Amino acid sequence: MAITTVKSAYLKGVLDSTPFILVIIPFASLFGLIATEAGLSVFETLAFSVVVIAGAAQLTALQLLQEEAPTIVVLASALAVNLRMAMYSASLTPFIGGAPLWQRALAAYLTVDQSYIVSVAQYEKDPGMTVPQRMGYFFGAVTPVIPLWYIFTVVGAILGTQVPDSWALDFAIPIAFLAMIAPMFRTFAHVVAAFVAVVVSLLAATVPYSLGIIVAGAAGMMAGAQTEVWLSRKNGVRS
Amino acid sequence: MIDKTTLWIIIIGLGLGSFFLRFVFTGLVGDRLMPAWLLRHLRYTAVAVLPALVAPQVLWPKATGGELDPARMAAAAVTLVVGLMTKNVLAAIGSGAVTLYGLLYLLG
Repeated sequence: MAITTVKSAYLKGVLDSTPFILVIIPFASLFGLIATEAGLSVFETLAFSVVVIAGAAQLTALQLLQEEAPTIVVLASALAVNLRMAMYSASLTPFIGGAPLWQRALAAYLTVDQSYIVSVAQYEKDPGMTVPQRMGYFFGAVTPVIPLWYIFTVVGAILGTQVPDSWALDFAIPIAFLAMIAPMFRTFAHVVAAFVAVVVSLLAATVPYSLGIIVAGAAGMMAGAQTEVWLSRKNGVRS
Repeated sequence: MIDKTTLWIIIIGLGLGSFFLRFVFTGLVGDRLMPAWLLRHLRYTAVAVLPALVAPQVLWPKATGGELDPARMAAAAVTLVVGLMTKNVLAAIGSGAVTLYGLLYLLG
């Protein structure tokens, strides 16, 4: 489907992010279940998901709250897990920085792994998109995802029973992310970036408060950028 | 038992903090041009951060208490390879899920 209008961009966004439905439903339900087991009411659990919309950070906060960690440590750790959102924000800026402020604010609230990854993939694939088309695509990409995030948080909270471990839902997220990343390896520099990030993340796996992910991400980005510079020099292109 | 006041401080604090992280560049930088070196780094955000997020969970899954798990490692590998070959997200997720459940059943 070619994007010619804002509406067709919106619809393509909806279509392209429908696979995430398979991920969001189990993940949101899981958060709902875990939160109610930790003693949160259904309303508190929903408020958590609506205000924060970041599953990994929410689960981190919940875990530390149960361990009675100091409030400041809970906040700092959960925000560290979410630091990648700042990287996403920076990465989106060249594409949607020209949009009206209210749209950028709304998009910021709705920036999650899924909306970011699907949108950036599309913006890179089709550089001719206008800013309104890009915003349309972005809001399309969150349409199948965010409402289900709210709804299934509540469903999980109400069900309140433990999903059997044999469902292996813990692995829904890694599989979904890997499937999404694979088509993005377009150049050798992308491969180097991912490889370095993976190695550093494994070496830094014991660094507390998930800071290892930030360090590894930064290392991967530097490796990718440096490889790009080397490759363009080798090919005699001035950058 | 989680203290209710603390809980709401966390929910609101985490909400405000997360919004700030998401808004810091799109909102405050806007359409001002960013330097080429920065843009060059940003091109690799997704392919660096997401594998870094996933890799420890693939090798040391929480569900097995951090023990190496052949089913999860194989599922991750199949997902990645199918994704690289087909560029099709659903095909990659599907084959990864089949591998995971198949191996969990066989090795179970």
